[in-house]
Amino acid sequence: MVPTVHGRRLGKVPYVELADGRVQGVVSSGSAGERVYVSSVSADSRTLSCATNNNRPCGGLRGAPCKHIRSLIDEACRHYGAERVAAYLRMDAGQDAKDALMGLQGPVEPGPTGVVFTRFLRYLSYLEHPGTTAPIPEMHWFPAGRSA
Amino acid sequence: MLPAALTGLLASAPPGVDEALELTDGLDAVLTDGLARPGAEGARALGDLAAATGSSPLAAPVREAVSSVGSGPVSAASLAALAGARTALTGAVHDALLAVLDTALGRTRAEAHAPAAPAAAPAPELEGARAWLTELAVAGWRGVDRDLAAGADAALTPLLEDPARRRLAVLLDGLGAELRAHCPLSGDQDPPARRWGDLWARAVLLAQDAFPAWPGAPAEEVSGRLLPLGADLHQHPTAFQVQVHALLEPSGGGPARLVRTSVSALKVDVLTRESVWGLVAEHAALLGALAEHRALEVEGMPLLDGGDLVWHDDRARKGEPADRFTAARLHLSGAAAPAVPALERHPARIAEPVLLEGYAAKRTTGPVPGLALDLDGARLPVSLLRSPDSSSLDVKAAASSGACIGLMRWDAGQWSVQLLGVAAKKAPAGQTHTADWALGPTDPKSASALRKSDPLGTLRERAGKLLRR
Repeated sequence: MVPTVHGRRLGKVPYVELADGRVQGVVSSGSAGERVYVSSVSADSRTLSCATNNNRPCGGLRGAPCKHIRSLIDEACRHYGAERVAAYLRMDAGQDAKDALMGLQGPVEPGPTGVVFTRFLRYLSYLEHPGTTAPIPEMHWFPAGRSA
Repeated sequence: MLPAALTGLLASAPPGVDEALELTDGLDAVLTDGLARPGAEGARALGDLAAATGSSPLAAPVREAVSSVGSGPVSAASLAALAGARTALTGAVHDALLAVLDTALGRTRAEAHAPAAPAAAPAPELEGARAWLTELAVAGWRGVDRDLAAGADAALTPLLEDPARRRLAVLLDGLGAELRAHCPLSGDQDPPARRWGDLWARAVLLAQDAFPAWPGAPAEEVSGRLLPLGADLHQHPTAFQVQVHALLEPSGGGPARLVRTSVSALKVDVLTRESVWGLVAEHAALLGALAEHRALEVEGMPLLDGGDLVWHDDRARKGEPADRFTAARLHLSGAAAPAVPALERHPARIAEPVLLEGYAAKRTTGPVPGLALDLDGARLPVSLLRSPDSSSLDVKAAASSGACIGLMRWDAGQWSVQLLGVAAKKAPAGQTHTADWALGPTDPKSASALRKSDPLGTLRERAGKLLRR
C-alpha cells in the first residue's frame, strides 16, 4: 500500500508530487494574489527550475533555490517526510535529510512547467467528479488504516 | 461468538484453502517475472493452474492461454482466462472460509441468485485499461518502470467521467499509485505479489465488455427501520468510501436483515484523517445518524441481491437514538445474511459483523506490536491495518475495551477482527465508534485545527477558479 501523507499548507503549496524523477509542484506567489509558480528539483542532476504558469522565469532563482523552491521543499517534507523526499532525490543518506535538502545547489534550467501545471489541474478535477452510492467492493483492498 | 466456536475457527484453515492458494501463488510468481519469460518453474505453475480448472467451464480457454504464454504476444482473451482461473480459485477459498465462519457464528445465509446478466454492448472506453493491464502482465512486477506505472492515468481518464465505471477507475488508480510508489523495485525487493495479483485479476475482469455493471442486481425496494452497527472506512490516495453495516427491520415484519450501504467520493492524497468526512457530506441523514448514534427510517430504498442498500439520502430520515450494542445484542445472532454475488467472492470481501464481549484485550509484541482479544484462551488478533485514522477509535481505546462490534476479516492468511465500535471496560456507557467524526471531529483540538486549515474547502475554491474559467 501507499504510505499515508501528512498534509501540507495548501494555501502556500497547493500541489506537490514526487514524479518523473523530480520533486515538483505549484507554489502560490507571495506577493501577487492569483499568480502561481511551477517549481521543481530533479533527482539526477539537481536541476532547479521555477517559472510562472505562463512560463515567465522566476527572477529570484540564481544557482541557489528561490523562495518558491524553498517553500516547495518545505511542504514536500511536511507532506511526505524529509527522509522520503531526500531518498527520492538520491541525496546522501549520511546527512540529516532536512539539512541536506535545505542546502541544495544546482544548475538552473527551464523545467516542465506546462506538464506539471496540467497535472495540477487534473489533480483538482478529482474534486469535481460527483460521488456515488453504488458499492465499490474493490475498496476492501484499501482499508483506511493507521500507518504504524 | 462463543469462545469454543472461535477456538475451532482459529485452529486451522478449511480443507483445500492452502492448496488453492498455492496455485494462485504460482500464477503470481509468473506475474512477478512477467508473462514474456515464464521460465521452467512458471511453466509448471501455469500447467498446474490449467489442470486445476480442467473440469470446469474455464478448462478450454485456460488451456489455450497457458499454451500461448511464452510464444509470441499475449492476447487479451488469454489474460482474461488467466484472471478468470485465479478468480475462480480465490472465489472457492472465499466460499470455504465464509462457510466455516457462518457455522461458527450460527449465521443463516440466503441462497445465491443466478449471476447478474452480462452487459450487452461493447465498451470502447475499456480498451485503454485492458492494454495497460496487458503491458503490466507481460513486463511483470519486476519489469514495471516509472513510465509503465504512470500508464494508469491514461487508462483510467476516460473511465472517471462515467460513474458506472467508478469501480474500475478507482481500482486502477489505487494500483497505479502503489506501482508509482514502489517501482522500479530494487533487486533485493520482493513485490507484494498476492496483493498485486488480486488487484490485477479483479481489474482484468472489470475491464471485460461483458462484466455486469451492478454487482448483485436486480434490486427490490425496501422500507423500514435501519439500525447502523458501524462504519467500515476505505481509502487510497484518490478515493474514500464509507461502508455502513446495519440491521434492517423491514416495515412488513419478518426477521432483521443484515445489509451494507456505501457512499463514496473521489479525493486527492492530501485529504486524510479528519478531512475525509467532508467529501461525503451530501449524505446528511446517513452521516447524522452515524455521528449521533441514531436509527434511520428508510422508504423505498433499492436493495441489491448481495445485501447492498443503494443509498438515497432523500428516502431516509434520522430516527430515534439507538444504542448499537443493544441493537447487536438483540438482533445480530438471528439476523438473515445475504448471499455474496458470484463475481465478488474473494477472501478480502469477507466482513461479517460480530459482537464480542467478556474478553481481555492484550497488547502483543513480536515483529510488529499489535493487539489481540483473549476470549477464554482463544486469541483473536485485532486488525490495526483496518483501524482508521479518521476516527477517535485508536489502539488505546481498543486496548481498554470490554466489548466491541467488529467485522470478522481474513487478511494475510489469518482471521482477525476489525473494530467498528468499542465500549470501555471500566465504564461500558463510554463508547467510541469509527464514524463518531462523521459530522466533524468531536475532539475540540482536531475540530479547530480542521476549521483553520480546511483543506477540502481550500482545494475546492482553487478548482472552482482554475477549472471553470
